[in-house]
Amino acid sequence: MDEKGLDISRRHREPITDTQLLLTITICIFVCMYVAAILIWGGGFKKPQMLFDILNDNAYLVIISCGLTIVMITGSIDISVAGVTALVAMTGVMILNGSMPFFSVLQASLGLADSSRIVFAALMALLIGLLFGLVQGYLIAYLEIQPFIITLAGMFFARGMITILSVDPQKAPQALLDILQKRIEINWLGSPNKNGVIIPARMEVGVVIAILIVILVFCMLRKMRIGRSFYAVGGNRQSALMLGLNVRKTRFMAHLFCGILSGIAGFVFMMHTGAGNATNATAGEMNAIASSIIGGTLLTGGVGNVIGTFFGVLTLSTIKAIVTTSGLRDPWWQSITTGAMLCLFILLQSVILMRRHRNKH
Amino acid sequence: MTMNKKITTKNFFTNNSQLLVPLIAILLLLIFNLIRDPSFFSIGVATNNNGDPVLQGNLISILNGASELVVISMGMTLVTAASGGQDISVGALAAIAGSVFVKVIKSGGTISPALVLGAFLLCSLVAMIFGCFNGMLVSAFGIQPMIATLILFTCGRSIAYWINGGATPTVSSPIITAVGSFIPGVPVPTPILIVILMAIFFGLLFRFTTLNLYIQTVGINQNASRLNGIHVAGIKLLAFILLGLCCAVAGVIGVSRLSLINHETILLNIEMDAILAVAIGGNNLGGGKFKMLGSVLGAYAIQALTITLYAMKVPSTDVKAYKAIVIVLLVVLGSPVVKEAMARIRRKLRGRRSTALAKEV
Amino acid sequence: MSESDNILEMRGITKEFPGVKALDNVNFVVRRGSIHALVGENGAGKSTLMNVLSGLYPYGSYTGDIVYEGEVCKFFKIKDSEEKGIVIIHQELALVPYMTIGENMFLGNERGKKFAIDWDKTHAEATKYLKIVGLTDSSKTLIKDIGVGKQQMVEIAKALAKNARLLILDEPTSSLNEADSKALLDLLLEFKKQGLTSIIISHKINEVSYVADDITIIRDGKTIETLVKGVDDLSEERIIRGMVGREIEDRFPKRYGVSIGEPALEVEDWNVYHPIYAEKKVIDHVSFHVNKGEVVGFAGLMGAGRTELAMSIFGRSYGRDISGKIRIHGKEVTLHSPRQAIDAGLAYVTEDRKGSGLILTNPITINTTLANMKGVSNRGVIDRDKELSVAEKYRQKLNTKTPSVRQNVGKLSGGNQQKVLLSKWMYADPDILILDEPTRGIDVGAKYEIYCIINDLVAEGKSVIMISSEMPEVLGMCDRIYVLAEGRIVGEFGREEASQEKIMASILSVDLAEKEKEI
Repeated sequence: MDEKGLDISRRHREPITDTQLLLTITICIFVCMYVAAILIWGGGFKKPQMLFDILNDNAYLVIISCGLTIVMITGSIDISVAGVTALVAMTGVMILNGSMPFFSVLQASLGLADSSRIVFAALMALLIGLLFGLVQGYLIAYLEIQPFIITLAGMFFARGMITILSVDPQKAPQALLDILQKRIEINWLGSPNKNGVIIPARMEVGVVIAILIVILVFCMLRKMRIGRSFYAVGGNRQSALMLGLNVRKTRFMAHLFCGILSGIAGFVFMMHTGAGNATNATAGEMNAIASSIIGGTLLTGGVGNVIGTFFGVLTLSTIKAIVTTSGLRDPWWQSITTGAMLCLFILLQSVILMRRHRNKH
Repeated sequence: MTMNKKITTKNFFTNNSQLLVPLIAILLLLIFNLIRDPSFFSIGVATNNNGDPVLQGNLISILNGASELVVISMGMTLVTAASGGQDISVGALAAIAGSVFVKVIKSGGTISPALVLGAFLLCSLVAMIFGCFNGMLVSAFGIQPMIATLILFTCGRSIAYWINGGATPTVSSPIITAVGSFIPGVPVPTPILIVILMAIFFGLLFRFTTLNLYIQTVGINQNASRLNGIHVAGIKLLAFILLGLCCAVAGVIGVSRLSLINHETILLNIEMDAILAVAIGGNNLGGGKFKMLGSVLGAYAIQALTITLYAMKVPSTDVKAYKAIVIVLLVVLGSPVVKEAMARIRRKLRGRRSTALAKEV
Repeated sequence: MSESDNILEMRGITKEFPGVKALDNVNFVVRRGSIHALVGENGAGKSTLMNVLSGLYPYGSYTGDIVYEGEVCKFFKIKDSEEKGIVIIHQELALVPYMTIGENMFLGNERGKKFAIDWDKTHAEATKYLKIVGLTDSSKTLIKDIGVGKQQMVEIAKALAKNARLLILDEPTSSLNEADSKALLDLLLEFKKQGLTSIIISHKINEVSYVADDITIIRDGKTIETLVKGVDDLSEERIIRGMVGREIEDRFPKRYGVSIGEPALEVEDWNVYHPIYAEKKVIDHVSFHVNKGEVVGFAGLMGAGRTELAMSIFGRSYGRDISGKIRIHGKEVTLHSPRQAIDAGLAYVTEDRKGSGLILTNPITINTTLANMKGVSNRGVIDRDKELSVAEKYRQKLNTKTPSVRQNVGKLSGGNQQKVLLSKWMYADPDILILDEPTRGIDVGAKYEIYCIINDLVAEGKSVIMISSEMPEVLGMCDRIYVLAEGRIVGEFGREEASQEKIMASILSVDLAEKEKEI
């Protein structure tokens, strides 16, 4: 009874927090942009498949951005995410095509089929992610070293390891790729091709994994004690300490989660491309940071939202897709336009926030 | 007299304790090389293609090769101190500056010293305008530096590409070679001389203006600065403009070394190295107090590490991984927790010794 | 009164923020060579008025006239008003901790030629001005190494260095102890003799009536009245009545029917060393106890070690090489982390609300439950409805003024932030609460509410330790008072025997002894 009464009164005067405002802006802009793209360029954008393509291409980015959002909420940063992703992808592909002797021997001695390599690759992905998370988390949280340096070193290490593993690009065997790249077909979202045959919309398994992770991380941040601790430690470390929270453990856990998510992202990346290459996921860390920021996460910590991050990834990738389809032929236009859009976006956010705060006082 | 001297050296180290980490790093690397191969230190005089005597040797190539990094680290120190954040667009900015430099020289017909100087001035102006753009975003719109500069990071190299018109133009002229390698008759590589010039420039700037003081004030306490009538936004802007100038200088050195501009590879990843140099130099990446000398030493330490690895015949693609390990070892040694533990051990030892002495007495 | 007798007249000043009229047709006249106090509750508009005067809110953003020295002035920035000799010292000191006194003193006002700073001249002049305000420290000392009291003096010296003719002090004594406050006020009286006019904004009514010639009272952005010494009644009750607009019969609520029971917390032979200077002893053989249902006060000067004592007990959050015994309800405990301390039934409500108390970027709901997340969660999963009802319950109980419990704490006023901080610790349900300066920077009305909360707490059988620099508050609220000086307990008084004089005397005796030792 009493609870109900409270419920009504609080709904009456619910202020919108900055986080919610930023999230709303992000979603609005994404929707407006996508609608504009449909109206202006039509073509590919009219088909639902376009959205799925964007998701398929960027599933890994969604996952590493989630990890990064957690880390950024605790007031830290992780530059190594894309490096780890690339390293995992390379390792995975090499396990699949049998150029890792250890796993080939293991498989032979256990008498398993070739498809078991996929399991090895997945386990290895988790292991690498876990190791990066453990080491980086320990150094940052318990030895109190600046996270930027440690994770930068992590990135160097991961990228360096890739070339140590193999300088040449590697390719997974087609038989295994067929298993990995099984797509989920959605008939009712299909669209007709040139001959009028309805082609169903295709979504990769990686996208499902990515969306699951977004939901899990969302629940963790919103509903779990550890999530609260992330926000508290990022918002004010001293306060958190005096409240009896274990600040070191909290920061450690954030980096651990981020590491594991990077590992999973690497596996998803491998599922998508099926190839290992030294330039895999180049500048992925910057795209992930940009996505988190667009989604309303602050680098200073304490503020952030993983749903926003998801839309941040979508926004960023849609900008790129628009530039590609809009027929700007010179190669430089894509990143110049991306930069300009990013600029517009960042400015818009900051102006809205500034106006809001000025009105408050 | 000796007593006096002792006190001053002790004071020097207590006042400049942040310089210890980069100094020790350089020292350790040198000792390592001394043990590994004493010939590492040999400095010889060779004659180059033009028949002029020039200095050669690993030490020279460390000093020479670090030039671009050192110059950018100087500017990065200022931006870090004033804004409490880092500029990740420095590499892209240097590429733009280099492109402008080449473009002007290409369009000028015969290459004369006046033309090169004019080209340098124009490209500095362009770089400073871009620096101003970054600075405006940070100071006027209150955007976090890493995000503000993400824009230029994303599209800067494409702008350079656009300026070049899609090619990698070459400029071959004795004047350019003189800037990039040796001035006839001077055995010291020109980039080293340019670094010295920049150091003098900043030295004079700090000696004769309030810039040093104001940047630190703004970095430590913005509110206090404002109440003291210091133009906070102006100081931040100035820091970014100065960094722009540094980028232009680094870009020109980079172009002159190879006599061509490749927008994709020129000073690639230098932003990471520059931030690392600032951090290894003991400067707080959160802004405030700074020592430019620390960053400069940090930059030399990074280059010394790279050259050492090359001297050990590590393939250039793998260097990153080893570099990462050394960086981690270095920062772990310099971390507050380890330092504290060392101090505790030292105290204990001293305590034991004094009790032992007391017993003897 | 002729025109030239008034150094400053502010006529019909109105300043609006979107949706709020912060100042409404305020008139404010300051006589030359007087000390003029500006009093009013928090948010009454005192600081806004002074910001209009100093040019922090530029000309054009308000309506009305500023007449200074007989001419209408238009200040667009702080430098403009400073050139005319109007210097404001803000409540949050405009000092940079990692710089020297000399550097700070001439920041933005550097000595020397147009660009080059003349450091010799800087330090010579700094020393001169330091002497005027009675400081003997070297001008090369870092600001962070001197106490708050001295920092306030440096601010005054800085103002003098700017050739101040009208000095404005915004809450100059809010973080000072009684002795330092007295020194500061006496300095102002001294300056008055030399002809300097000053405006002082203060919460501390006793100080205002000690030092001021005229008192202007502001309430809700309007000038209520100006009281003149020798003409009007300047008693504390009279001023408070003007501020709150009603009589306050008793500043401290009575406690009824609270029985004092067994010892709840006993601390024995407690020693703490400074975290950085390992040889400096901060707490020296301190022993004390707190009983069930008792409010125990810790009086003492700033830097006497009260906060350090509390924090070192609260899970060793401060200091190193800590030794001594803690007994809670007679059982000996060792507390190595704040978590253990909380689990043992302790709570430390910090003096530093923003720095180490609240998470300003989070809403009230989260802040309320943060110290006791187990209470609203099940196996690590938080019950958001329960959390909301808990926050709502404490909002009502403590009468926290906020549009919603979903509001970010950073947007609340100081008094309401303090209430959120208290509700957080009350929800953690400790047996012993250590309140460190619980009423600092809070206006009279909110203070009374905090006192009532304290009374409720002890009525529930909890014990309260109250650290406060405001002597009347300690005397009015506490059953027993310990006096701390130089890290030692130098006196213990029961409620009846305690008086301001006795407490000061026991502090000073230590000071004298220290001085003699030095000689």
